[in-house]
Amino acid sequence: MSNEAKAFIAPRASHVARHAADKSPSRVTRHALPYFPGCALKDQARGFERAAQAAMERLGYELAELPRWNCCGTVYSLSSDDLMRHVAPVRNFIRVQELGERRLVTLCAMCYNTLRRSARFVSTDPERLQRINAFMDEEPDYAGGVEVLHLLQLLRDEIGYEEIEARVERPLYGLKVAPYYGCMLLRPREVGIDDPDRPETMELLFEYLGAEAVDSPHKVECCGAYQTVANPEIARERVLEIVGAAARRGADLIVTSCPLCTYNLEHHQLSVPGDASHVTGDKSSTRHALPVTRHVIPILYFTQLLAFALGAPGEELGFEQAAVDPRPVLAQRVGG
Amino acid sequence: MGQEIMERIREANEAVITGIDDADIKHWVTIYIMGKAYRVPADITLMQAIEYAGYRFVRGAGCRAGFCGACATVYRVAGDWRLKAALACQTRVEDGMFLVQIPFAPAEKPTYDIETEPAEGSVLLKYFPELARCVACNTCTKACPQELEVMDYIQAALRGDLEAVTELSFDCIQCGLCSIRCPAEIVHYHAAQLARRLYGKSLPVPKHVEERVREVEEGKYGEEFERLMSLSREEIEELYKKEQREKGGLGSRDASRVTRNGQGEG
Ligand code: SF4
Ligand code: SF4
Ligand code: FES
Repeated sequence: MSNEAKAFIAPRASHVARHAADKSPSRVTRHALPYFPGCALKDQARGFERAAQAAMERLGYELAELPRWNCCGTVYSLSSDDLMRHVAPVRNFIRVQELGERRLVTLCAMCYNTLRRSARFVSTDPERLQRINAFMDEEPDYAGGVEVLHLLQLLRDEIGYEEIEARVERPLYGLKVAPYYGCMLLRPREVGIDDPDRPETMELLFEYLGAEAVDSPHKVECCGAYQTVANPEIARERVLEIVGAAARRGADLIVTSCPLCTYNLEHHQLSVPGDASHVTGDKSSTRHALPVTRHVIPILYFTQLLAFALGAPGEELGFEQAAVDPRPVLAQRVGG
Repeated sequence: MGQEIMERIREANEAVITGIDDADIKHWVTIYIMGKAYRVPADITLMQAIEYAGYRFVRGAGCRAGFCGACATVYRVAGDWRLKAALACQTRVEDGMFLVQIPFAPAEKPTYDIETEPAEGSVLLKYFPELARCVACNTCTKACPQELEVMDYIQAALRGDLEAVTELSFDCIQCGLCSIRCPAEIVHYHAAQLARRLYGKSLPVPKHVEERVREVEEGKYGEEFERLMSLSREEIEELYKKEQREKGGLGSRDASRVTRNGQGEG
């Protein structure tokens, strides 16, 4: 094993000692939270979930997977009379209700957005809910009132960053982290977890973990989302701006909360050929004819950075699916 | 033409009720087959009732034992708005039933080479991208005569969980009723079959299967097979009837008709 790798796996001894001392019995109690994984976290983004479980365990919480959950529907339907699109979210809320719980925690920004907006959609108009309940005649009626939370909200508002800081075993000193929010965590405003223009939820979290948060004007912009399928050039252009802005500000890592953002950021930054400067896009359009630098910045989920800082061992961090391995830069900046 | 059909219905009725006097049947119900009313004994299956009414199966009947999925039937019962689904061979008639058989579900079955596909969940979406259209309405589950959690296996397929699809869909008999009803136009049973194949591929071959394959290859069953293959049609029919008689039950009465009709017009 290389020294680099060893440093990566071993948490800092001083921190281990400090926190071993203050683990009073009351802190060991586990709060189980109904948790909605979403499809991507069971397939393309397994590390997102794996690391979340590891981090939450270290914070005294258990993410208890919702029994018989179904896909959230992925994209929130904007048509106000398309009730069918809300059957999937509501069915999940019924599962929460059946547990006698009121809250549902998500990790994926897309699931968060769809579920939270659907919860609003049905709660603001009892007639809609009544029609959906009548359609789902094989289920108990959904009474309303389930609150959909993103894990970042729980970390910030319930657990608290100071409590998290106290449990850091590998402080991220020297690491420059660029948060990337994209759309789904922030818009529309009614469901956003933070100010849609000037969010600081992730910045503060990373700073409490010891890292330096790199600010970038592109952190709240769209990654191109599903355009990546039909019009990949649009997504590519978006991504190269986002990644380029973070890189110019010295970011070692970019952190997201969305498997689709992660896919786009990874895929399109790597689509730039190896030789540093290169002209991209349609040659007939001057707008696209810009020299592009190839960046190779690891894209992480916030749970992976959190679990790493909390001292989770390598196999719990779920880096296997990362297109750019974050371990070298983590070992270089933090390890030792 | 009409005359001829009526003649056939009469003939068929005779065959079904051979040995039973209508006077001995205490309970009767009225069912509607494709809109036409028939009075039939109350304690028989839909399949027997359809035959009792004079129809002869050239499709829509196979094993007559709830295994083959050929006898998919949809129905309503008077006074209930629900559209129900059932296997005709496994469901007893109810008074006031309106029914029709759906012996075949038009469904595209993509071609794949199971040997070259990796045992990974993403393969399901590659061949069945429409899985992502599921709106979780649960209509498929309500339609399934096997009482499977069909929506749950579609949801498991969506997230690439081959093991869960295998477990949840294991008793699927490919009747197609779920796929006829799905608003997302998913072909559940073909997708589930691919999942089971992929999952099966990822498991070690069980000892008993290896053993049986070896026996077959060594010719253990060859002789019996040869004997069956050499029998005449009459001899096979006789064998079948004998077996049905040994099992007892209604099957014995229908036995000759199954083979005769299966051949006739199919
Ligand atoms: S899952 Fe579909 S095809 Fe299979 S038995 Fe049930 S209804 Fe029939
Ligand atoms: S019927 Fe189709 S859309 Fe409805 S739950 Fe089943 S698979 Fe999904
Ligand atoms: S005839 Fe085979 S299942 Fe009914």
